[in-house]
Amino acid sequence: MGVAGKLGNLGVVTTTLEAAINWGRTKSMWPMLFGLACCAIEMMSTQASVYDLSRFGMELMRASPRQSDLMIVAGRVTRKMAPVLRQLYDQMPDPKYVISMGDCASCGGIFNNYAIVQGVDEIVPVDVYVAGCPPRPEQLIHGIMTLHEKVKTQRIADWA
Amino acid sequence: MTERPLLERSGHSANITEWEGTVQELRGLVSPRAFTGETMLLNMGPQHPSTHGVLRLLLELDGETVVSCVPDIGYLHTGIEKNMEAKTYEQAITMTDRMDYLNPMGNNLVYCLAIEKLAELDVPERAQIVRVLLAELTRINSHLVWLGTHCLDLGAMSVFLYAMREREMVLDIFEMVSGQRMMSTYFRPGGLWRDVPPEFIPAVKAFIDYFPAKVEEYETLLVNNPLWIDRTQGIGVITPEDAIAYGCTGPTLRGSGVNWDIRKAMPYMGYETYQFDVPLGEHGDVYDRFYIRMQEMKESVRIIRQAVERLEKTGGPFRSQNRKYVPPPRSELGRSMEAVIHHFKLWTEGFSLPEGEVYVSIESPRGELSCYLSSDGGNRPHRVHFRTPSFVHTMGAIPKMAEGSMIADLVAIIGSVDIVLGDCDR
Repeated sequence: MGVAGKLGNLGVVTTTLEAAINWGRTKSMWPMLFGLACCAIEMMSTQASVYDLSRFGMELMRASPRQSDLMIVAGRVTRKMAPVLRQLYDQMPDPKYVISMGDCASCGGIFNNYAIVQGVDEIVPVDVYVAGCPPRPEQLIHGIMTLHEKVKTQRIADWA
Repeated sequence: MTERPLLERSGHSANITEWEGTVQELRGLVSPRAFTGETMLLNMGPQHPSTHGVLRLLLELDGETVVSCVPDIGYLHTGIEKNMEAKTYEQAITMTDRMDYLNPMGNNLVYCLAIEKLAELDVPERAQIVRVLLAELTRINSHLVWLGTHCLDLGAMSVFLYAMREREMVLDIFEMVSGQRMMSTYFRPGGLWRDVPPEFIPAVKAFIDYFPAKVEEYETLLVNNPLWIDRTQGIGVITPEDAIAYGCTGPTLRGSGVNWDIRKAMPYMGYETYQFDVPLGEHGDVYDRFYIRMQEMKESVRIIRQAVERLEKTGGPFRSQNRKYVPPPRSELGRSMEAVIHHFKLWTEGFSLPEGEVYVSIESPRGELSCYLSSDGGNRPHRVHFRTPSFVHTMGAIPKMAEGSMIADLVAIIGSVDIVLGDCDR
């Protein structure tokens, strides 16, 4: 009896190692608490009571890049901020993902001038772009779920 | 990595953990003791959870006491003022939203007031009332974000969740009138973009009936809370003389007991006809600034209540009828050739302002927000400059308050001044 008696007749679940690991990664993806501009306020709204990001196991915003899996670049990246952003990205442990939130982070948005980096993909590899100025919380959640779908298709063979 | 070249182009080394300049550049900014190693230099930010954006502070510490604090700003410099010179007057309104992103309507308002003053453009009464109403809703919106983040910095998590819950109601109203939650661009020279929809007044009424009880709820959580009082009372004190000398405005100045509110001192948009009080502090500490903002939210509700009453009685146009500056409604285009010409002119080259310079101020949630607008007679601003409260507070008040405080209190000080880095760097 013992363990089997306690567990009851649950049957057996078979899966692949890839699927199990990817499932685990999507269910506790900790974003970095890293706000730049207006989009950071919408990122806060997404996290707060009405939209409640903790439904996706993402309520823990870590201020340290060393504890986070996901960088949400929320806002316009200036030329002065670009090296900082790159260093933060470098400090994140693998596997790491980047969501470019908003028009400014994705392509410079309405600011095509001397100060703004025209798309954060010039300095870090971006997984998902979320459009909008600023995107609604629903849009950010959609971006996050798109990223989850992407993570679920990752293969062990591709891990470095 | 192929991404490296940009970093080199931008003239920065990839290693930013150390002060970028030479030690000589710090002479005069920090005390001489820092050069002998008696005090320690510590970098705070730009990636820090409680700098409310991307503020960087260079701290000189003697043990845990802050000896001096040197702000390093510009991590969010967007070139908005320069970019506005390349846009027509009406296009440039979209830029103002994105400066102080917690006060988008206020930024629209100060810029539109500058244009209206230079053009001597009239604003219909209905538009004035809606502007006051929405400006006060924006103040509540901004103070709620301030309250949530300030409490979060000091370890009170639940207030953040409550404040953001109420904020969603305000954002729903903004979305109702303008179609956007944050960057509304709703105020236009001469009035508003559109008239408010019929469901606007019931929504605002529902909010002002609901909200005062919620402010009371926040107060029961914080005002007499011994933990909150320990972290805030007697911290970050600035005297009235210093506050005036360092150019403080808004709640930061009123926390020291100086009665200065642009809505009372230099009324605009008919603020002189509304009944409201200006809450004042006594001690100039973090707690007084916190308490004032709580009272300001109640006063804003009072103003909104009066504005709703007036709005129900006031009909008429929502935008000036001066066709030189304001496009005709679409219904006129099919009937009047003149309207078609105005429409074409305004949507291709925009309007031109007479040559001259104006300077107008409003009371933003953070303090005195001013716009200096210079026109050379063309259809684009010759120069626009914004005097933003966050910039003045970051460069003057925060280093002044930080001197002699403990390093853990610095978080409370930054939160209590309520800076927005988009407002500071522009």
